[in-house]
Amino acid sequence: MKRLFNYSEADSFVHNLSGVSKLIGFLAMTFTVMLTYDIRVIMVVLIISIFVFWASRIRLRDLRVVIIYITVFMTINYILTFVFDPQYGVRLYGTEHVIYSFTERYTLTQEQLLYQTTKISKYAATVPFGLLFFLTTHPSEFASSMNRIGIHYKIAFAFSLTLRYLPDISSEYLIISKAQQARGLELSKKQKFSKRVKEYVKMIVPLIMSSLDRIDNISDAMDLRGFAKHKKRTWYNTRKLSRNDKLAILFTVGVFTASLMITIFVNQGRFWNPFV
Amino acid sequence: MKPKPVIQFSNFSFKYKAQKHPTLKNINLTIYKGEKVLIIGPSGSGKSTLGYCINGLIPHSYPGTIEGQLTVQGMDPSRTPIHQLSKSIGTVLQDTDGQFVGLSVAEDIAFALENDCVPVKALKRRAQEAAAIVGLEGVITNSPQEISGGQKQRTALAGILVDEVEMLLFDEPLAYLDPATGKKAMELIDQIHGDAEKTVIIIEHRIEDVLHRSVDRVILIHEGEIIADMGAHEIISTDLFARYGIREPLYVTLLKYAGVEITPEMQPGYIDTVDLLSHKDRILDWYRRTSPAAPSLKDQEALRIRDLSFAYTTKTVLNEIDFAIQKGEMLAIVGRNGAGKSTLAMLVCGFETGHQGEIYLSGENAVEQSIAERAAVVGYVMQNPNHMFTEHIVFEEVALGLRLREVPEEEIQRRVEKTMQICGIERFAKWPINALSYGQKKRVTIAAILVLEPEIIILDEPTAGQDYRHYTEIMEFLKGLNRELGITIILITHDMHLMMEYTKRSIVLSEGELIADKDSSDVLTNVEIVEKGSLKETSLFHVAQIIGIDDPKKLVDTFVSHEKRVREFS
Repeated sequence: MKRLFNYSEADSFVHNLSGVSKLIGFLAMTFTVMLTYDIRVIMVVLIISIFVFWASRIRLRDLRVVIIYITVFMTINYILTFVFDPQYGVRLYGTEHVIYSFTERYTLTQEQLLYQTTKISKYAATVPFGLLFFLTTHPSEFASSMNRIGIHYKIAFAFSLTLRYLPDISSEYLIISKAQQARGLELSKKQKFSKRVKEYVKMIVPLIMSSLDRIDNISDAMDLRGFAKHKKRTWYNTRKLSRNDKLAILFTVGVFTASLMITIFVNQGRFWNPFV
Repeated sequence: MKPKPVIQFSNFSFKYKAQKHPTLKNINLTIYKGEKVLIIGPSGSGKSTLGYCINGLIPHSYPGTIEGQLTVQGMDPSRTPIHQLSKSIGTVLQDTDGQFVGLSVAEDIAFALENDCVPVKALKRRAQEAAAIVGLEGVITNSPQEISGGQKQRTALAGILVDEVEMLLFDEPLAYLDPATGKKAMELIDQIHGDAEKTVIIIEHRIEDVLHRSVDRVILIHEGEIIADMGAHEIISTDLFARYGIREPLYVTLLKYAGVEITPEMQPGYIDTVDLLSHKDRILDWYRRTSPAAPSLKDQEALRIRDLSFAYTTKTVLNEIDFAIQKGEMLAIVGRNGAGKSTLAMLVCGFETGHQGEIYLSGENAVEQSIAERAAVVGYVMQNPNHMFTEHIVFEEVALGLRLREVPEEEIQRRVEKTMQICGIERFAKWPINALSYGQKKRVTIAAILVLEPEIIILDEPTAGQDYRHYTEIMEFLKGLNRELGITIILITHDMHLMMEYTKRSIVLSEGELIADKDSSDVLTNVEIVEKGSLKETSLFHVAQIIGIDDPKKLVDTFVSHEKRVREFS
C-alpha cells in the first residue's frame, strides 16, 4: 500500500485542476444533490458527473471492486426502501397512481417509483465526484486545499498527518495481529463472533500504546520546527488557480445556485411534484 | 581570538515533574561556536535530557524544576518559545519515522518554512537546495514509505538546514541505522560541520561508530553528572568507559589484551590515528599465543529453506534463497533495510504466504501449516516488546499462549513458573508489565514465546537502541537459552558486535539475494560482502591490515574467544 487512495499521476483535464477547485466542485455538487429531490436537477448533475468522469480518463476496470460494492449497496437499498415503506411516495406526493398491486400493502405506484428513482439517482450522481476527488488529487494537496477553503490549518494538517501515518499504523497492526496469532489467537471464522471481536479489541491495546509514543515523537518534532507559531502557514503543495480552475469553480457553484433557485422559487420546497 | 560560547550551563539541575530525583545534577558545561562535541553516557544517564534542555523541549514539552542557569545563544530556553530557539538550534531526533511529518521528502524538508509563511516559490527553491546538500535530489517526491531509514534521517537533517541554523543537535543518530548507513551519516555530519562552520552536538553511546570522524571534545555523563570532559585521545586512554558501561573501540580492547598501555600520545581516539605499528610485536605475540575455540553442533536440521522466492505484486523481495540451520545453532541474518530479512522471517513463521520454494521446520514441510501450528516449532519475538503485550500482569502475559491452546490450568501454572524462572522474571509474576524496564519487558516477551516450547526462536533486532550493559544482558540471556536448552536462535540484526561475539555464522542478504552464508568473522573481514550487505568492517580488520596479519578472520576469532574467556572469568 503505497498511497492510501491509489492516486496516480496522469495528464487529464481533471488531474490538472488544483485541489481547491476539485474540493469546491465536489462539495458544490454534493450539496446540490443533497439539497433537492427534483429528479430533473439530479439528472443534470448525473450527466455532468458522467462527463467529468469520462474526461478524467480513469479506467472503469481499475475501479471494478468499488463499483461492484456500490451497485450492490444501491440495489439492496432500492429493494429495502420498497419493502419497508411501499407507500412512502404516496404520502409524500399526496396522490396515488397505481401501476400494479401485489397485495394491499405492497402496491407499486408511480409516486413510489419516482421517489425511489430520485433517491437512487442522488447516490449515483455524487459517488463519481467523491471518487474523482480522491483519485485525481495528490494526497499532499488535500490539506492545503482544505486550508484554502477556510478550514483551520491545524485541522487540515491533522488530516495530512493521518494520511502520512495510516500506512505505517496499518502495517504495524498487521504484524501485531500475526504475532498474536502465532501465540494461538484464533481470528478466523472458526472462532465465535463475540469472542473474535474481543480478541480484536485486545490487539488494539498494543497498537494504541505504540501510537501514543508515536504522537509524543511527532509533536516534539513539530514543535521543534515551529509548527503553529503563526496564525497562517504556507503549503509546499499548492497550485495557482488556472483559468480552468476558475471556470470549474464558477460552473459548479453556478449549478448549485441554480438548484437553490429552483428549490426556492420553482418547486417552493425540496420536492418536485409532477402529479398535481 | 577567543572562541565565543554558544551554550553555557552553570550549576544547572533539572528534575522531571513526575520524578523524585533530579535527572541532571549540577551541570557546568560550555560549548563554543564551531565546536563538534560528543556527549556520551549509558541509557538513563541523562544525556538525552541534556539535549532537551538545549533545544527547549524542556521545559516546554516536558515540564519540571530547573535550578541554575542555562543560556543558548544568549537566550534562556525556559523563557524563550521553542520556535524561536529552533531558529538557532536545529534538532535531529532519534526516531526517523516519528519526525517525518510530511507526505513526501520535499514537503517534510519545507515544513519549517511553511510554518514561517515563506512564499511557495522561495520555499520550493530552498527545500531543493537543502535536499541537494544532503544528497536527496533524486527522491524529493518520494513518500516516507518509499525511502530508507538513512534517507529519512537525511530528510530530517535537510529539514533543519533549510532554516540556516547555527547549531545542530543529533539525538542518537545511529540508533536506527545499519552500520554502513551510520558510517555515511557520520561522514555527512562531519562534512556539514566543516563546510558550514556549524556547532555540532552529537548524543550517542556507540563511541567507536561516532569516532569514525573526529570530534573536538567528548563529554561523559553518568547518573546526571558530568564525569569527564576531554579530547577523544585523552578519554580513551582512561578507564572511564569500562567503569561507566560504555563500550570502548575494539582495537583499544585488542591493544589492552596484548598488554599495551593506552596513552594519549598513541592518539588512540580514532582507528586512523592510533599508533599500532609501535606495538606490532606485542599484538602479534598475543595473536600467536592465543587460539580461537572451535564449537560443536548437533547434526540435525531445525530449518531448511529451499529455492525460496517471494514477490509483492511485481517487486521481487526474495530470490531463490537456499540455506539450512542446524539444531542448537545461534546465527545472524543481516543486510540493509529492505534486503528481505524480515520478509524471510515472516515467511518462515507463516505471517506471509504465497511464496515459491519450500520451507521445512524440524524436517517437516511447513507449506500446509497454519500460523499457530508453525508457532509450536518456531517463535517470533518482535523488535518492540510493547507491540506484543495484550495482558496487564506479567504472569498472564506469559500464560496467554497456553490459555489460548486450552492447556489445563495446573499445567499452565507449572510451565509458566518454570519459564519465568529460566528467564529470571519469577519475582515479577504479579507485577504490571508497565512497571518493568525495557530489558525486563524483552524477557517477558521471550518468556511468552518460550513457554510454548518452540525449537527455534527468531528475534527481530533484539538489541536495537540498547546500550552496552543492556546489550550484554539480553545477549548473555539468549546465549544461555541457546546453550542450556539447546534452542536454535536466529537473530535479525544490524549489530556487528552481536554478529561477531554471539553468532558464529551469518547469512547476508542483499536486495533479496543471499550473498553470503559463512562464519561471521569471515563476513566482517570481507570487503565485498561488507559493502553489499551495508555493514562496516570491524576495526580489528584494519588492525590486521596495518600490522600485516594476512588472516584477519583469525584475528577476529582469536579476539572473540579471548573476550569470552575474559567475560567468563569475571
